[in-house]
Amino acid sequence: MSATVASFSVEYHQFLDRDGRLFGDDVPELAKDFEKLISIYKLMVQTRTFDFKAIALQRTGKLGTYASCLGHEAAQIAIGSAMRDEDCFAPMYRDYGTQLYRGVTMTEILLYWGGDERGNDYSGPRHDFAWCVPIATQCLHAAGAAMVYKLRDEKRVAVTVVGDGGSSKGDVLEAINAASAYNLPLVIVIMNNQWAISVPRSKQNSAKTLAQKGLGAGLHSVQVDGNDYIASHLVMEEAIERARNGDGASVVEMITYRLTDHTTADDASRYREDAEVEEAWKSEPIARLRKYLESEGQWDDEKQSELEKEAAEMIDVAVKEYLNTPSPGIASMFDYMYAELPHDLQAQKEFALKEAE
Amino acid sequence: MPKVAMVEALSMAMGSELRADKDMVLMGEDIGINGGVFRATSSLQKEFGDLRVIDTPLAETMICGMAVGMAAQGMRPVIEAQFMGFVYAMVDHMISHAGRMRHRTRGRLSCPMVLRMPFGGGIHAPEHHSESTEAMFAHMPGIRVVIPSSPSRAYGLLLAAIRDPDPVVFMEPKRIYRWGKEEVEDDGEELPLDVCFVLREGTDVTLVSWGAMIKETLEAADKLAEQGISAEVIDVATISPLDMDTIIESVEKTGRCVIIAEAARHCGVAAEIAANLADSGIYNLLAPVKRVTGYDTVMPLYRMEMKYLPSVERILNTVKKVFAVS
Repeated sequence: MSATVASFSVEYHQFLDRDGRLFGDDVPELAKDFEKLISIYKLMVQTRTFDFKAIALQRTGKLGTYASCLGHEAAQIAIGSAMRDEDCFAPMYRDYGTQLYRGVTMTEILLYWGGDERGNDYSGPRHDFAWCVPIATQCLHAAGAAMVYKLRDEKRVAVTVVGDGGSSKGDVLEAINAASAYNLPLVIVIMNNQWAISVPRSKQNSAKTLAQKGLGAGLHSVQVDGNDYIASHLVMEEAIERARNGDGASVVEMITYRLTDHTTADDASRYREDAEVEEAWKSEPIARLRKYLESEGQWDDEKQSELEKEAAEMIDVAVKEYLNTPSPGIASMFDYMYAELPHDLQAQKEFALKEAE
Repeated sequence: MPKVAMVEALSMAMGSELRADKDMVLMGEDIGINGGVFRATSSLQKEFGDLRVIDTPLAETMICGMAVGMAAQGMRPVIEAQFMGFVYAMVDHMISHAGRMRHRTRGRLSCPMVLRMPFGGGIHAPEHHSESTEAMFAHMPGIRVVIPSSPSRAYGLLLAAIRDPDPVVFMEPKRIYRWGKEEVEDDGEELPLDVCFVLREGTDVTLVSWGAMIKETLEAADKLAEQGISAEVIDVATISPLDMDTIIESVEKTGRCVIIAEAARHCGVAAEIAANLADSGIYNLLAPVKRVTGYDTVMPLYRMEMKYLPSVERILNTVKKVFAVS
């Protein structure tokens, strides 16, 4: 005898096609909330303008190695716009769109990649986690945060992001499993940008989706076009509100594309074809939302050039602030190691200060 | 007052702090109804419920990674690695996050967590159950490493570890979990996390040790007394940060130092103590600093483990050498 004891499917969500046309009969309210969409569009453009500026700063020796977010703007900002301030974000290292939405400043992003820990002392939500470089570890920190909210019966949700490459790590599966075991208010976003430095999505595993990793532990698991802000926001909002209401954690796979090098230290031309990147540009998120807004009579070239001018000015202010930030000083290497500096470290601090004289 | 063993004293400390601090939770494998494989959390789940004493899925990385997240969000998780041999799946989160959290966020977030684990050899356990790798954790910035060697010190040091605002690795010498019972008052009094304990005063040689080797070290001191040699015995207890002042002060008096550790020798905590003595105590030394340690081999399976661990005899033979030169 044999019988099917469980069966699964993964839904894919999209509202805007790559030419910015709304399709399907079910037009969501958000698609007609132009005030909101325009503010989101503005942040997407600011994020990209900032990203280009950061790369330029690195190329001219004014910034360290920098991980670009080019192409991820809609997905990242959708995560931010679906969260509440009191929710907790545990980022990977290129999640600027989400972070800018939540209140992390451009100056802080530049400080961090400019080699200064003060960048992690966000003015944004003070409880959000710092940038996380060791791949996928942030997923378990988010699970821990979600555990705290559950134990304290707070209506808060932890949201974390991991890449398609990072999704191969055990931390992701252990976070998924924990979310299932404890019914945690957690949303794990797998930001599938097709490339883990030089290794393509197809070499991570042969499954049809990465979202289905969540099914193994019984989580709500969906896939969304991450270059479609409207769909991404709605999918994230649903996942986050499910979590908030105690209805369980989710895995959301956002399909996007890393339009540039992994970081400024990488050269993607070594491992992928220009033609592939050119094709990916046709689906990129900012042009798509702009076309939609234009087709609805909500946007035009004049507004665009005004926005670009404003964005450039805003970024110049941040760059100046970053470049004018004085050195943190030698004492800062020691002062935050412990709540109270142990005596042996106090001696090392005094030695270091004396050596520097 | 009935006498208690170390493992019971640890349980008392955890119970005391669970009562005092609603933000404290225990997490680990089999720590709930089973009370932990060594019974260190015996009856705690019964008293505090399964939301305070939390059994976890069998996933060590998850336990430690979640603890980092929980601590950063304001709780005080005390997690257990069932044996030190299984702690390596947790190490990424300790070195990459727990020890760095306060520093890299300029104090915006911190990581007040305790990672408890039984460690060390001598109980005829299976493979991977007997190593002593405290030096690995002691090398990590931002993390305290504490090893008790008696029931009363276990009680006071664990309370201090739980209340400390930074991450603490708390290593429990399981060979002496049930040795040396003492009266331990459940008074919530903590012990300092930055001083060594002088267990026995002496004038001729300083024996420095920690964890289960304190047992052999004290026995060796008794034997030396019979020979007319007065040994001072120091329990380091707080491996990191290390209190060298107490050790140097003792060596100023005795002029001789033997360090006893069951861990492998190379790059061990004993080497760090010896290096500090060479740096700051050399003019008080009448003889070279000697170490009695495990060998730089894989910890053998249990038929040979007592040959690996320093014995009273090996300690005495080494002490003899530091008297031979002066």
